[in-house]
Amino acid sequence: MRGDSIADLVGRTPLLRLRQITQDLPAGVRIWAKLEGFNPGGSVKDRPALHMLKAGLASGKLREGKTVIDSTSGNTGIALALYGAVLGVPVELVLPANVSRERRQIIHAYGAKTIDSDPMEGSDGAIRLCREIIAKNPERYFKPDQYFNPVNPLAHYETTGPEIWEQTQGKITHFCATIGTSGTIMGTGRFFKEHAPHVKVLAIEPDDAFHGLEGLKHMASSIVPGIYHESDLDGKIPAPTEEAYDMVYRLGRDEGILVGQSSGAAAWAALELGKTLEKAEIVTVFPDFGDKYLSTNLWAGWQDIPKR
Amino acid sequence: MPVTVKVPTPLRKFTAGSESVEGEGASVGAVIDDLESGNAGIRERICDEQGKVRRFVNIYVNGEDIRFLQQLDTAVKDGDEIAIVPAIAGGSR
Repeated sequence: MRGDSIADLVGRTPLLRLRQITQDLPAGVRIWAKLEGFNPGGSVKDRPALHMLKAGLASGKLREGKTVIDSTSGNTGIALALYGAVLGVPVELVLPANVSRERRQIIHAYGAKTIDSDPMEGSDGAIRLCREIIAKNPERYFKPDQYFNPVNPLAHYETTGPEIWEQTQGKITHFCATIGTSGTIMGTGRFFKEHAPHVKVLAIEPDDAFHGLEGLKHMASSIVPGIYHESDLDGKIPAPTEEAYDMVYRLGRDEGILVGQSSGAAAWAALELGKTLEKAEIVTVFPDFGDKYLSTNLWAGWQDIPKR
Repeated sequence: MPVTVKVPTPLRKFTAGSESVEGEGASVGAVIDDLESGNAGIRERICDEQGKVRRFVNIYVNGEDIRFLQQLDTAVKDGDEIAIVPAIAGGSR
């Protein structure tokens, strides 16, 4: 792959078969992970962030004198900051005050500004504060609005879906992905519903409102994203935080992949799904790698990480 | 005057929607036990079967992380504020 701009290097991420953690599954079941950490900004959010900024510029809603603002738990902020820098537009991000220091520093490194929201209110608090800031000065801002912008799932419909179809040579039977904004599952899911309707589309969400799965949303207790349509799904898999954390440790030791909490949840859920099937090609998405989470409770925890 | 406990949004279903409740006890653990008596179900969200704080939960007393104090044995007195914060989005405050 080569490019004239870092933006040319978004997508076309590798698909990796998970061979070690799946050894106890039925012989006909294979699990594949789309490694979105290989995007230039380090996460799956490069796809919607770049698409939303380009769509804003194309429509004229984002133009000279406007500042990009959004609420984000991190990866979208990093991607908006990165592609804001590439496209020459200023970026301000509202994030909960308990976001890890590394994330804040990465955002600042791309020249963007951060605004803290109440850590007790989580990502919903960031959404509300962002709305208040825009309401005071609506002319000044362009909000990509990843929770409501149809360009978010469209990015996955146009790129993630076709890539997976090609990488599995059309053999995929199940697609499961974690939900934050729901962009990945909605867009990729729609691609499969239109092009290969036999593919089952399943969303992975935290098993409870009170969870430690960074970036993910428990839909029943959250502000539901406008782009989310539960009726388009074939089902949901609830993932417990502590099982997801344990899976992150296994992925590091057994597969040689250091990922974040959401990938742990994705792998755990894909494995649970695999246990119920006889023959299947399951594809899931690992939204990012794990280096941004080394100072979080995932690693700097209460108990020592279980030793082998 | 009892101890004030700040409750994050996802746990407010146990506190009738209140963002802060009052509890009694000489330690953080005792206050959480006391909370359970008036808000059944809240303790198992915060602590695991062994009674340890769950990995993704952070607890602060007057802004200090109890992991670096005496954890659940951290002493509290009347007027102190305990904050329960899910570890979403990282370790720093």
